[in-house]
Amino acid sequence: MSRPTFAGDLSRLPDHAFGHRSLTWWGVMGFITVEAAGFALAAGAYFYLANQVPRWPPDHPPPDLLWSGLFTALLLLSEVPNVWLKKAAEGMDLRRTRLGLVAVVLAGAVLLGIRALEFTTLNVRWDENAYGSILWALLLLHTVHLLTDWVDTGVLAALMFTRHVNPRRFVDTSENALYWHFVVLTWLPVYAILYWAPRWM
Amino acid sequence: MSVAAAHPLSHGGPEEPRRDGPDLPEAETHARLERTWGTAATFWGWLTTVDHKLVGRRYIVTGFAFFLLAGLMGLAMRLQLATPESGLISPDRYNQIFSMHGTTMMFLFAVPIGEAVAVYLIPLMVGTRNIAFPRLNAFSYWVYLSGGVMIHVAFVMDVGPETGWFSYVPLAGPEYSPGKRTDFWAQMITFTEVSALAVAVEIIATVFKMRAPGMSLNRMPLFVWAMLVTSFMVVFAMPAVMLASSFLISDRLVSTHFFNPAEGGDALLWQHLFWFFGHPEVYIIFIPALGMVSAITETFCRRPVFGYAAMVLALVTIGFLGFGLWVHHMFATGLPRLGHSFFTAASMLIAIPSGIQIFCWIATMFGGRPRFDTPLLFVAGFIVVFVLGGLTGVMLASVPLDLQLHDSYFVVAHLHYVLIGGAVFPLFGAFYFWFPKITGRMLDERLGRWNFWLLAVGFNVAFFPMHWLGLIGMPRRVYTYPEGLGWEVWNQVSTAGALMVAAGVALFLLNVALSLRAGRPAGPDPWGAPSLEWATASPPPSYNFAHIPVVASRTPLWDAPGGLPVMSGLKVDERELLLTTLHDARPDLREPSPEPSIWPLVAALAVTVLFVGSIFSAWAVVWGSVPVAAALVLWFWPKGGHRGNEVEQ
Repeated sequence: MSRPTFAGDLSRLPDHAFGHRSLTWWGVMGFITVEAAGFALAAGAYFYLANQVPRWPPDHPPPDLLWSGLFTALLLLSEVPNVWLKKAAEGMDLRRTRLGLVAVVLAGAVLLGIRALEFTTLNVRWDENAYGSILWALLLLHTVHLLTDWVDTGVLAALMFTRHVNPRRFVDTSENALYWHFVVLTWLPVYAILYWAPRWM
Repeated sequence: MSVAAAHPLSHGGPEEPRRDGPDLPEAETHARLERTWGTAATFWGWLTTVDHKLVGRRYIVTGFAFFLLAGLMGLAMRLQLATPESGLISPDRYNQIFSMHGTTMMFLFAVPIGEAVAVYLIPLMVGTRNIAFPRLNAFSYWVYLSGGVMIHVAFVMDVGPETGWFSYVPLAGPEYSPGKRTDFWAQMITFTEVSALAVAVEIIATVFKMRAPGMSLNRMPLFVWAMLVTSFMVVFAMPAVMLASSFLISDRLVSTHFFNPAEGGDALLWQHLFWFFGHPEVYIIFIPALGMVSAITETFCRRPVFGYAAMVLALVTIGFLGFGLWVHHMFATGLPRLGHSFFTAASMLIAIPSGIQIFCWIATMFGGRPRFDTPLLFVAGFIVVFVLGGLTGVMLASVPLDLQLHDSYFVVAHLHYVLIGGAVFPLFGAFYFWFPKITGRMLDERLGRWNFWLLAVGFNVAFFPMHWLGLIGMPRRVYTYPEGLGWEVWNQVSTAGALMVAAGVALFLLNVALSLRAGRPAGPDPWGAPSLEWATASPPPSYNFAHIPVVASRTPLWDAPGGLPVMSGLKVDERELLLTTLHDARPDLREPSPEPSIWPLVAALAVTVLFVGSIFSAWAVVWGSVPVAAALVLWFWPKGGHRGNEVEQ
């Protein structure tokens, strides 16, 4: 083994960073992109199916506005602790990060409860016609994302309250908050499509 | 930005970790790195490994095994069609065989094999120690294997798919395909797409963030560019088919009506969603092959590829245009005329970047000193066969001709010229080219030439007559045909060609077997190739490179004859990687890389239970998700020990 020529040294580089400098960010963004493509295509399918029939929704009143409106308002409000949490994580403030995680987990639990009620006021079943099918599909798709990130946040909270705290955990928390942004942002078009498009179309 | 350097939470102990560099003897560096990155030679080590080379090798072997299975099914069909009114295979079995042939070739071979080669090569080519998200990588392999095994078990048990590789509704709907056959097909899609998407994200992250210092974007090998473009196409195309197959299975299982016109659904929605994926898929298969061809051409012509920037732009252009073609599969469905014109234009337009690439390779050969070893022979075969397939593609892009030839053997000929010419020939070239890197041994050149000529001649004998058969009216997917239509001779010729292809593939297997036993040792760089994977031993050690290399050109090994300069300073007793900046690849961070783990396998098994369970009961999606979630939590749960080393998103 001949001696190589050393051109530089890496040992002084930092061992973690937030945002797009970290690999975690790329993983999260990768899956966000995949899922955003899924949402976009499902939304496309919604309008495609709406174009196949003379009236939309075919024989039903559009889904009710009460629970969905409450859900939307609360989901937007959940961004307050979420943004705060992301900042706390990036400042590596353990106390605030713990608090933020608990707040987001609680918000998620309430949101999931409201979502369950929302499913009861859609005014159509998935097996009645194609309108019902695509409506349920879009709502389920969003619910799966909500549930997934809620579980993720819960796991992170558990880690932050046990002996597993380290700088990289704060990076995870920050990127997890990014994923929550995604859950909130995708809901807005889905909400507009499911609840308002049938009223306006 | 380095908030953490002196943060109280980073428990930098009194003892500095050992790092590679001038202060650590080379032998000790290798020994320590091997201890840190090596995979234990036990069954447990085999199950838990996250080494991209071991996972990549598995991927390649599995993909090739599926290629052989699907090839045997193709051969069975050719034997059935060799004579009119043959009773060799029953119509029902024939339906399953052609569906399995197409499904296996497309979903279990062609797409995964490109990603498989990338999983092995990309980290070596960009000069890093492992792929990004290596546990996800292991998971993706197990999921892929499960899906492939499931569909073959279903086939053996007479519940294999029966509605073709694109499963059009209403034929594939609950009314015309009762039973579970199409459900197995739909879930096989879900398996393979999950794994393909995972690998795509890994490759994007690896290429963007883990390149060796100095390997700016404009110095990346063209195969790396090709895999980057492919991965982005996967990210945007695969969700469409996952959505489509989910809609299909829910129409079949829980009585939704996505594709049921009686309840406001629409059969063409299936075709739109399927081909929105299916056409980009052709390029997802083809673009990795373009990268392989560039690497081989460059090496065997002993000069950098002509027109690097044009090549990169052509790859990116194909990546975009590939999404604007899907309707050309649907010209016969009565869509509006204006749409036809757009998709015809796009279909013809994509011939331009493909042509640019061909001309650049020809210019490379013209300006270099080509040495026609087996890999370059396959490249030459690729150019000829693919150009022929491309020409029939331009013909089919024209609507009036397409209406005439739709669903005929002309289309079968076209797609085999494009896919075998465009992907299988380069892949065989790639096998001959990179086999020494993976195994440390050379394949035999004389057998290689026989292998090439049998494949090249056999392929044309098998598939060229199909053009003619299509023109004289033979429809595709018929299990037999009556005498006296003038189809007998050409079908017999075609079957003879198929047997030659089989002989060629058998010769390849023989070559591999002989070489593994007693092939000539390869050494690090047997071909005198210029990219980084050739800068390390063959096969590469578990840690790929003892020190991270520094790159100053597109062809680093040609431009630094005295050996590449390297960087010091990565830990040798913990798994640590270098991250660099996206554009210029300047050193930016050191990040830990995950240790081996059993949880990716457990998670893949839990996913398998969920997917297979959902074929029989929709509730499996609910109860099946509990073990999946549990496995994922345990996967991410830190194991203590090395600080920070357990992390993986």
